[in-house]
Amino acid sequence: MLDTLAQQLLLGLTNGMVFALIALGYTMVYGILEFINFAHGDVFMLSGFFALTLVSVLGLQDAQGFSLFAQLGLVLVLASAFGAVVNLLIDRLVYKPLRKAPKLAPLVSAIGVSFVLQNIGLIWGAMPLDVFGGGGQPAAPKSFPALLPTTNLLGNSAITLQLKDVLVIGASLAVMTVLYLLVTRTKLGMAMRATAQDPQAARLMGIDVDRVVAATFLVGGGLAGFAAVVYALYINTVYYQMGYQNGLYAFTAAVVGGIGNIPGAVLGGLLLGLVRAFSDQFIGAQWQPAVLFGILIVLLVFRPSGLLGSTAREKV
Amino acid sequence: MLIVDAIHAAHGAIEVLHGVSLKVQAGEIVTLIGANGAGKTTTLTCISGLHKPKSGKIAFEGKDLLPLPAHDIVHCGIAHCPEGRRVFPRQSVAENLALGAYIRNDKAGIRQDLDKIYSLFPVLLERRAQLAGTLSGGEQQMLAVGRAMMIRPRLLLLDEPSLGLAPLIVKRIFDVILELNRQGTTILLVEQNARMALKIASRAYVLETGSVIAEGTGAELLADPKVQAAYLGDA
Ligand SMILES: Nc1ncnc2c1ncn2[C@@H]1O[C@H](COP(=O)(O)OP(=O)(O)O)[C@@H](O)[C@H]1O
Ligand SMILES: [Mg+2]
Repeated sequence: MLDTLAQQLLLGLTNGMVFALIALGYTMVYGILEFINFAHGDVFMLSGFFALTLVSVLGLQDAQGFSLFAQLGLVLVLASAFGAVVNLLIDRLVYKPLRKAPKLAPLVSAIGVSFVLQNIGLIWGAMPLDVFGGGGQPAAPKSFPALLPTTNLLGNSAITLQLKDVLVIGASLAVMTVLYLLVTRTKLGMAMRATAQDPQAARLMGIDVDRVVAATFLVGGGLAGFAAVVYALYINTVYYQMGYQNGLYAFTAAVVGGIGNIPGAVLGGLLLGLVRAFSDQFIGAQWQPAVLFGILIVLLVFRPSGLLGSTAREKV
Repeated sequence: MLIVDAIHAAHGAIEVLHGVSLKVQAGEIVTLIGANGAGKTTTLTCISGLHKPKSGKIAFEGKDLLPLPAHDIVHCGIAHCPEGRRVFPRQSVAENLALGAYIRNDKAGIRQDLDKIYSLFPVLLERRAQLAGTLSGGEQQMLAVGRAMMIRPRLLLLDEPSLGLAPLIVKRIFDVILELNRQGTTILLVEQNARMALKIASRAYVLETGSVIAEGTGAELLADPKVQAAYLGDA
């Protein structure tokens, strides 16, 4: 029993980390623009395809030891950069021209972008790459090679702890720490927080709000790209709808944590991951969405602005 | 130093400034008075670039400000302490002041200005770790003025710094404005508290529904019967 608990805890934590990484992108953009970037999950998805393509090009499935880890590091960096650039491009091409339009215009456009990106995912999935299993079926999940050794680090224990678990949790924590330092300790972070509270006043401080917005999309997209590699390493598949489901969960995590609140997104992501793991184990996977969203709805009834969201927007 | 020449500005379809012109010379305290809704705030936001006029000219030290976005106008040496204070409520007092110094890199100068602000407003030093949103109205106004001072502007735009504050605090803030001016900062002060503003002003403009209807030295306007009747209440 205790073993099962520990195992589900681990599973929940690792899944939660992925949700948290994606949720950060939703929440940071919302914090600054009060806008839900519904295409964010699909940036995550495209980054997954990008990472898989890289893995195939580099021949990573055959690499071992130091070379494997070095190249894996490269894949992480490049996929993050890819996510960052795609996210920024979307903002510049689609959202920025609508910045002064009524709020529903960018929202509907974001839903449109989401579908466009999913179609790009389909096209990408149809490419005749070896790793894609010969192409042909664009919608079919592509298997992402299990790059990391699957030996149990705990030896013969009933609890399985693989290198990928350690890597997912460790790398996610490292990235979150860097993000935390960026937001709290740097001038850019200070400008981001000021802009989130009052963009007009921020401009009066000499802050170029456009650049802060661009930086926010870059950071959010980078986190999504990073999350995509982590997810692919863990789940071992990439498919065109992976952004839809995970994005929806991550968005929910962001709302539960308090949309716009950075620690809240992490907290919400972890909570979602844990609830999901335990509900799968003890109630049954077929009930997952009902249990998960049931709990979240109750939570939001009691804390409508989320766990760490401010109950009222300060107006002074 | 600052020349505002016949600016027309609108909010949506409604024009609210109908050709406002005014000048500020280096070293002056110029005040712009007028009733609620006259267009004072709009005039200041046009100068600082938050709002762009439909026509007219605004030049600062010979430089055309109209094509510049607000954040670049700050770099020209103009600080705007906006109506309603607009401090960053979820950031500490110290961080609000640091944001004032956002465009600066001269560490020693920043330190010096910070010390100056803390000595002018000791309560800010006391509360430097407190979130700005938890300060009283008067403290927030002091913070807003301090934050604008951190820009170390040559021209400081102040929008109703006395609004809603106790007389003692208003006096404190006006003393600081005078002190800043003595130390070389040029001031453009918007006020509904016309009597106090006119008393410290070198020159003044009266704005009425989007047009300048009178100008003169502070003393002249204080003595003007029309101004007395309309803006000085009991006089
Ligand atoms: N954001 C806005 N949208 C629409 N109308 C506005 C806005 N801001 C100000 N106004 C209108 O413009 C006129 C001038 O306002 P304002 O410049 O704030 O005057 P003052 O600062 O002298 O009180 C008023 O009639 C006001 O109702
Ligand atoms: Mg006003």
